[in-house]
Amino acid sequence: MITTNKLTFGYTSARPVLSNISLNLQKGHIHGLLGCNGIGKTTLLKLMCGIMRPQQGEVRVNGVDPMKRDVETFKELMIIPEEFDLPNISLEMFARVTSPFYPRFDMGQMRHYCEEFHVNPNEKLHSMSMGQRKKAYISFALACNVQTLLLDEPTNGLDIPSKSVFRRLLAGYVDDSRMVVISTHQVADIEQLLDNIVVLDEQGVALNATTAEISRRLKFGKASEDDKVIYSERTLQGDMAVMLNEYDEDSVLSIELLFNATTANRHAIAAIFNTK
Amino acid sequence: MMQFSDDKPIWRQIYELIAMRILSDEWPEGSRIVSVRELAQEVGVNPNTVMRSYERLDGDGIIFNRRGIGFFVAEGAKEHIREIERRKFLDEELPKLSERLNLLGLTIEVKSMK
Repeated sequence: MITTNKLTFGYTSARPVLSNISLNLQKGHIHGLLGCNGIGKTTLLKLMCGIMRPQQGEVRVNGVDPMKRDVETFKELMIIPEEFDLPNISLEMFARVTSPFYPRFDMGQMRHYCEEFHVNPNEKLHSMSMGQRKKAYISFALACNVQTLLLDEPTNGLDIPSKSVFRRLLAGYVDDSRMVVISTHQVADIEQLLDNIVVLDEQGVALNATTAEISRRLKFGKASEDDKVIYSERTLQGDMAVMLNEYDEDSVLSIELLFNATTANRHAIAAIFNTK
Repeated sequence: MMQFSDDKPIWRQIYELIAMRILSDEWPEGSRIVSVRELAQEVGVNPNTVMRSYERLDGDGIIFNRRGIGFFVAEGAKEHIREIERRKFLDEELPKLSERLNLLGLTIEVKSMK
């Protein structure tokens, strides 16, 4: 579980990137962290894994401050940044050197993931393309079997077949003892993976709700006269709306529409989901 | 790789996928079906969403849960699915179809083979 309490951080003291972020992310879920460019998604992930220190407020990973850099906590916590440098050795060698930090690491699993991604774990990491290197690192990270996995724009640079491999591996990864947080702009890539949606905006947390709860309270699509419309936009398919789901209808959640609705009509969305 | 359409909730599409596997005898009556986690991995969908499909199928009497062992296909599940599908066809699809037939000046006769 990750909790943040009135978390504030800025790279300069004059202008905070994140202010007053209070969040509670539960185990057993794949959380989608959404927000416009520059809103602080990457910064929040870095604060969650102790790369940076909050200016005010606190972060706790399973009750422990990640800034303590406590071994027991770090054994179970991993981040895949959007961009990263790896040494010019093979993934196998990298795994042999790094995996002692992760007691649940499984070499066989890593080789299997590499096979699924069509990545050669014996090839030097610097001779791989950016996409191949990302898949290699994802294979290593998943094989570490940590309880808390943070992913920053993981599908950037992946080709189309790799995105579906990624979805399958992630869907098989999460269980009651684990959680995954994915920050992304490529919502379509991972829509079916997410079961909790967090939207950040300038004022903080605009939404934090499970997809089941969202579908229970809202419906998406073409509005009729009786519908209580919260937001609508013009598309090629006609006007698509976010509406109150008053009669428990089955509706297809559109994360893109939900995101736009939250950006355009924050108060209405916050009122429905009791966001502070 | 399963392709999802955007006209039905994903849990509903997985419900129908399982129903199809039962109808086609890929998963025969009385047999144990794959775990929620395995199916989630196969189709690349959040396991909690897949769990929702299993719960609905359980509620509809098509599969049942043996605690600690897994989910099994109920006896009579195939006929039960056909009955649900028939009702859905008659209540939801047929009215639309007949409206279209009327519009095109066509008639059609529906008979049950039962």
